[in-house]
Amino acid sequence: MRSAVIVFPGSNCDRDLAVAIRDVTGREPAMVWHRETELPADIGLIALPGGFSYGDYLRSGAMAARSPIMRAIADAAGRGVPVLGICNGFQVLTEAGLLPGALMRNAGLSFVCRDVSLTVETSQSIFTNRYSAGEGIRIPVAHHDGNYQADAATLDRLEGEGRVAFRYAEEVNGSARSIAGVINETGNVLGMMPHPERLMETAQGGTDGRRLFEGLLEAVA
Amino acid sequence: MSDHPITPQVVAEHGLSPEEYERVLHAMGREPNLTELGIFSVMWSEHCSYKSSRIHLKKLPTTGPVVICGPGENAGVVDIGDGQAAIFKMESHNHPSYIEPYQGAATGVGGILRDVFTMGARPVANLNALRFGRPDHPKMRHLIAGVVHGIGGYGNCVGVPTVGGEVNFHAAYDGNILVNAMTVGVAETDKIFYSAASGVGNPIVYVGSKTGRDGIHGATMASADFTEESEEKRPTVQVGDPFTEKLLIEACLELMASDAIVAIQDMGAAGLTSSSVEMASKGGVGIELDMNAVPCRETGMTPYEMMLSESQERMLMVLKPGREAEAEAIFRKWELDFAVIGHVTDTGHMVLKFNGETVCDIPLAPLADDAPCYDRPWVRTAPPAPAGNIVPSDDIAADLVTLMGSPDVASRRWIWEQYDHMVGADTVQRPGGDAAVVRVHGTRKGLAVTTDCTPRYCYADPFEGGKQAIAETWRNLTAVGATPLAATDCMNFGNPQRPEIMGQFVGCIEGMAEACSALGYPIVSGNVSLYNETKNDDGSGSAILPTPAIGGVGLLADYEKSATIAFKAPGESVFIVGHSYRHLGQSLWLREVRGLDGRDAGPPPPVDLAAEKANGDFVRALIQDGIATAVHDIADGGAAVALAEMALAGRIGAEIVAVAEAGDPTALLFGEDQARYIVTTTDPAALAARAEAAGVSAIAIGATGGDALRFDLKATGQIAAVALDDLRTAHEAFFPRLMG
Repeated sequence: MRSAVIVFPGSNCDRDLAVAIRDVTGREPAMVWHRETELPADIGLIALPGGFSYGDYLRSGAMAARSPIMRAIADAAGRGVPVLGICNGFQVLTEAGLLPGALMRNAGLSFVCRDVSLTVETSQSIFTNRYSAGEGIRIPVAHHDGNYQADAATLDRLEGEGRVAFRYAEEVNGSARSIAGVINETGNVLGMMPHPERLMETAQGGTDGRRLFEGLLEAVA
Repeated sequence: MSDHPITPQVVAEHGLSPEEYERVLHAMGREPNLTELGIFSVMWSEHCSYKSSRIHLKKLPTTGPVVICGPGENAGVVDIGDGQAAIFKMESHNHPSYIEPYQGAATGVGGILRDVFTMGARPVANLNALRFGRPDHPKMRHLIAGVVHGIGGYGNCVGVPTVGGEVNFHAAYDGNILVNAMTVGVAETDKIFYSAASGVGNPIVYVGSKTGRDGIHGATMASADFTEESEEKRPTVQVGDPFTEKLLIEACLELMASDAIVAIQDMGAAGLTSSSVEMASKGGVGIELDMNAVPCRETGMTPYEMMLSESQERMLMVLKPGREAEAEAIFRKWELDFAVIGHVTDTGHMVLKFNGETVCDIPLAPLADDAPCYDRPWVRTAPPAPAGNIVPSDDIAADLVTLMGSPDVASRRWIWEQYDHMVGADTVQRPGGDAAVVRVHGTRKGLAVTTDCTPRYCYADPFEGGKQAIAETWRNLTAVGATPLAATDCMNFGNPQRPEIMGQFVGCIEGMAEACSALGYPIVSGNVSLYNETKNDDGSGSAILPTPAIGGVGLLADYEKSATIAFKAPGESVFIVGHSYRHLGQSLWLREVRGLDGRDAGPPPPVDLAAEKANGDFVRALIQDGIATAVHDIADGGAAVALAEMALAGRIGAEIVAVAEAGDPTALLFGEDQARYIVTTTDPAALAARAEAAGVSAIAIGATGGDALRFDLKATGQIAAVALDDLRTAHEAFFPRLMG
């Protein structure tokens, strides 16, 4: 099975994400330019990286969500292919309607880059099966628009269906119910603001991010 | 153009003196037209010509075994082994940042990034050296917020981690803040690109953004004092687009992977003028440009405007013949403008055509050869008298809390949490230590990077201050375990036409030169920013403190063999390495606690370069051999502040017992003697033995442990103790309280 990292104009964590996937899978992911209309035939994991696609102009992720490759991603997601969106990738997934809610400007109105404490809300997903539910982990954030918002009914539903993957255990950006990452209805699409690809080895300050990729490997192998 | 007569007033408006205009006439052999005059004015501005500083800059050592390319290109290049090079430079964007802090700072970052990737390097780290006025100055919050947001807004978007820097506050910067941005990149040594044009007939290609009317005469603005009217110059501040810059980085690096490029130069200050003139001059060739082909953002732009525009995110390249289509495909893929706008000639002239007519014809050799170069009068700054009778501290603990919360020492977290300092996933030492460390991607190597300068030292004694600025960067690189390679300088001073200011400049340069030579640590790139002063109502000038900001780059063969400032565990021995002379002059303690500033605060601590080298080499070896568990250089606030910072970083206190066998502890704890480090170890016997063998002073002063910093003041029989929580509160409070 192949992994693919989608590259939009302005993506800047595409290499970091590719390195993380390669480290864990032992295989280079395909770097897929946003103008492409097809994914590799044996696609097993689609990853949307962080960055500033289209400079965050209009709204974060709004223009990238209309890129040609997004149709192929939506089709693959519909077939159950795992899709991981990190930071700007999460913003793109909400703008594309593959995940509910929206990511607004941080409540503090400033960009925030630091390690934050997260609680893993569920281990019953392909993305979080290497963590335990309720476990506390630390993963860095780096965003200006990470304030997750959705209407109360949607939030209730996300919580009720165990689709909140991670919650902030400290105040970070004003997100509704401290939500840091959510999963789609069918359990194969995760969007999250924190950057697990930045904590893969001790030299980077910790390995709490690595288990997310290890869990996925098991799921897609 | 002939309908625009060149009157003395027009000449003056272009910032040229009557004497300089005579030189223009000599160079041209006739009266220039307005476009030609505009080109002379920017090329001969202080900013582009270094006319006041050139003769002194020559004193700096710029060569060495690791230097691949020194000053004169877009950035300096040093060898980091394995066929790789580090490429770096620091540059000022002071004047624009005062007028429009967000865009001024943002475009400063954009400009320095271009200087580095122009040479073929992928940028891997950004730093910034900032100087602001008094924190309570009515404009300062606006300026700080704008500058920090601007740096973050640009750097975060382009995806280059902002990993370090420095900030000082002083009233001397009230009317002239300093924004100095540094970029470090990594390239393959056989893929370094230079700017000399060659190959008659080769196409000249314009890529990036379109040209607009923004920033016209920015270089001239940056070469004059500030006056009341300066704010009206806001339209001369450029507007940055980091998204385009990101595309430009990727497109240029993609094209650079081929062999299609002959020469490449970014369009920085003075835009198309300086890039085209420099490329042609360096190559000893001529250049002909079709101004109708320049991609313009607005209609009706004149060649004068196109040549002087400082629109951002643009590059000029000379391609090999026949490679245009291949290059164009890459730039189109990245949705950037691409236009062949001219070709290389053998005339030695820069010729501009517009609507079929020649609108400019300048002989390039005279433009360079006749450029003014001044040996401006200067007076050496007399060293100040010692600072009288200093009353010792009556409360060491309280003074330490004061220093930890003071503007120049307080935690910079509020700033660097607004910068993405981790993108790239190679940042292995984050902001907050002596130097940041970024891995050379895919290798075991690490680049250590820092910026330093202590302007109050430079003001009191430019020569010692210049030495100290170099030595402190060298020491900070050493403190993380790196071998210092080379440095870049950003020389910020007042009006060079005042002999006392010129004397500060000369003193700093000479001190820097001495330190660079002694440490084997050359300057490979740099920038000079003069006229950082504001005219007072009475016509006198208020200049900034002399600020030669230095950016240092060092190499770690193995980034795992590095040290951080954090205490690692309780029960470890704490040493001071380097001799303490108890010099309190110009210390932060004297300023913050006793209120003595400027020349009243005496001479700065002298820098013994031989001791600097010996102590640094000793500490680096301790780190490499795994004997040091934590290392921090002693700088602002002296040993007490260094210990407090180590304790806070490690969340472990310390008991310092051997403070003063005799006499008052104030100068020992708060004095800023140079060439010193605090080092912790689990093997004090080994450290002491090695120190003795090396002839280096290393005194065991206590042990780590507890949740407080305790000083046993033997002389007075007292114990001064501060809880880490109190230190942390003081340390973390300043910026959030100021910026709310």
